[in-house]
Amino acid sequence: MHGLHQLCSGLPRCGYNGLSCEIIVSGIINNFIKAMKEIRLMKGNEAVAEAAIRAGADAYFGYPITPQSEVIEYLMAENPEERTGMVVLQAESEIAAINMVYGAAGCGKRAMTTSSSPGMSLKMEGISYLAGAELPCLLVNVVRGGPGLGTIQPSQSDYFQAVKGGGHGDYRMIVLAPATVQESVDFVKKGFDLAFKYRTPVMILSDGIIGQMMEKVELFEQMPRMTEAPEWATVGKKPGKPAVVVTSLQLQAEEQEKVNLRLQAKYREIEQTEVMYETYQCEDAEYLFAAFGSAARITRKAMELARAKGIKVGLIRPITLFPFPYQAVNELAGKVKGILTVEMNAGQMVEDIRLGACGKTKVEHFGRFGGMIPNPDEILAALEQKIIGG
Amino acid sequence: MAENIICAENLVYKKSEVLTDRVMHYCPGCGHGTAHRLLAEVIEEMGIQEQTIGVAPVGCAVLAYYYFNVDMSEAAHGRAPAVATGIKRVFPEKYVFTYQGDGDLAAIGTAETIHACNRGENILIVFINNGIYGMTGGQMAPTTLPGMKSSTSPRGRDVQSMGNPLKMTELVAHLPGTYYVTRQAVHTPANARKAKRALKKALEYQKLNKGTCLVEIVSNCSSGWKMTPVQANQWMEENMFPFYPLGDIKVPE
Repeated sequence: MHGLHQLCSGLPRCGYNGLSCEIIVSGIINNFIKAMKEIRLMKGNEAVAEAAIRAGADAYFGYPITPQSEVIEYLMAENPEERTGMVVLQAESEIAAINMVYGAAGCGKRAMTTSSSPGMSLKMEGISYLAGAELPCLLVNVVRGGPGLGTIQPSQSDYFQAVKGGGHGDYRMIVLAPATVQESVDFVKKGFDLAFKYRTPVMILSDGIIGQMMEKVELFEQMPRMTEAPEWATVGKKPGKPAVVVTSLQLQAEEQEKVNLRLQAKYREIEQTEVMYETYQCEDAEYLFAAFGSAARITRKAMELARAKGIKVGLIRPITLFPFPYQAVNELAGKVKGILTVEMNAGQMVEDIRLGACGKTKVEHFGRFGGMIPNPDEILAALEQKIIGG
Repeated sequence: MAENIICAENLVYKKSEVLTDRVMHYCPGCGHGTAHRLLAEVIEEMGIQEQTIGVAPVGCAVLAYYYFNVDMSEAAHGRAPAVATGIKRVFPEKYVFTYQGDGDLAAIGTAETIHACNRGENILIVFINNGIYGMTGGQMAPTTLPGMKSSTSPRGRDVQSMGNPLKMTELVAHLPGTYYVTRQAVHTPANARKAKRALKKALEYQKLNKGTCLVEIVSNCSSGWKMTPVQANQWMEENMFPFYPLGDIKVPE
């Protein structure tokens, strides 16, 4: 609103052609507000749903599961079919939902699904097929504690599943880890862009904290839905052109190896160009925290406590979990006396931090899991015990 | 003399433009080739080649997209009705069909089949029922007859321990979402003509947006049944048809 105030104070204080100054001013302000992005207080899951509509998504297929059911509830209430023509359908299972995504994605449409951990396990078959057929789609996993039916409380224990594979075969998907509701919103748009840029599934790896909490979000403006189908899409055979086939099957091993080589080349390109991370107070750091998503926010508080005690500690927050910021971790590892990863799991990202650190410094893990959330005091205690004192 | 006979004026039959020139991998005597041809002819006669999107299954017809000259998507095992749902929902004006075998449609894909039919997705499901898993080498299928031998029921299907064959076509006919459900065969010219009419009706009904159409084709599997093609057709008539009687099961009112 600071900018609005400046705009108003800069207006000439006079009437024009009989119109009062107030009318002119209010007209300008209205236009200005329209051009401004919309700010709302929103729950993470609902914000993802609104972002999907605004990102010009063509289709959403989902199945209820706590703690992410608000996504489909919001979409059904909002009726995006009227707003933008976006299709929303409640499937009979997570398996059906991901295969509906496969069908719509094969048509060159912006298709997405959301779920939580047990549901995401069911989608893994479909995700492998999407990766194999090189179809773009957006997935959101609002992670809850596992294994099995686990708990409905937040967790980060699906890191391995998201980052290392999950489904069968040598595939990767781009994994974006939001730490705020705002990032959840922004990553919907970015996720679709990346999915289509690389023809690959993209996952937003969120958790029950971010899905359920309300925060201020700045919503981007409505984007148009795609009108032109890409060449690889099944839209009906074009005259004089060969029919389009969407498949992940190559019965000849030589051909299937070629598919794999193409995929691997794509993944290497993603690793070269799409790494995102954030560092915080690393300039003078003697120690380093590594954490993603919600755990990184809690760790920021632990840093404040540590620095109040004179412990110089920084934080690296990987934002893309694949591609992972190995290089940044490696550089920081050479400057600090030890790294503590803080995760809401039993130690998953710590393996990638160790790969990045490459033996340059000690790397330990502190985690709470099964739906438990670490508090800043125990994070600080773990730093002192496992890294500083260890 | 032959060159005098082979000329355009004497042409009485030709391969459909909706089939590619690729040599089919199906076994001699198998019904898949005929079923493909009939569906292709219907698509050609209706002039909808450019508005049709097909979904291939996992099973013997997994490579159907090599043979149909239409845009096609290859689905995971049993998921074709869900994939077709995704396609039809974003392209309601296109003609969408799935082509599935009994293992795909009536075992691993039971939920997807029933729910697509129950939602009344405006798609055509072509269901080839030969009572066996052909591609994987002749294992027991959900539709294998009581007492029928397969590689996983070597002493014959014992319904006490292995369960009963599933009449999926009758089952989905009960659902309010289905509009036209019929059971056909393609092993004789007469049956092939009837099956073609059924396929044509089903695709024409798709324009009406009235619900799912399912055309079952009871077929043979000489390789899986360990018979010659002639024996297989005879065995099909004597054993499959009494259990899976041919004819319309649900027709539009």
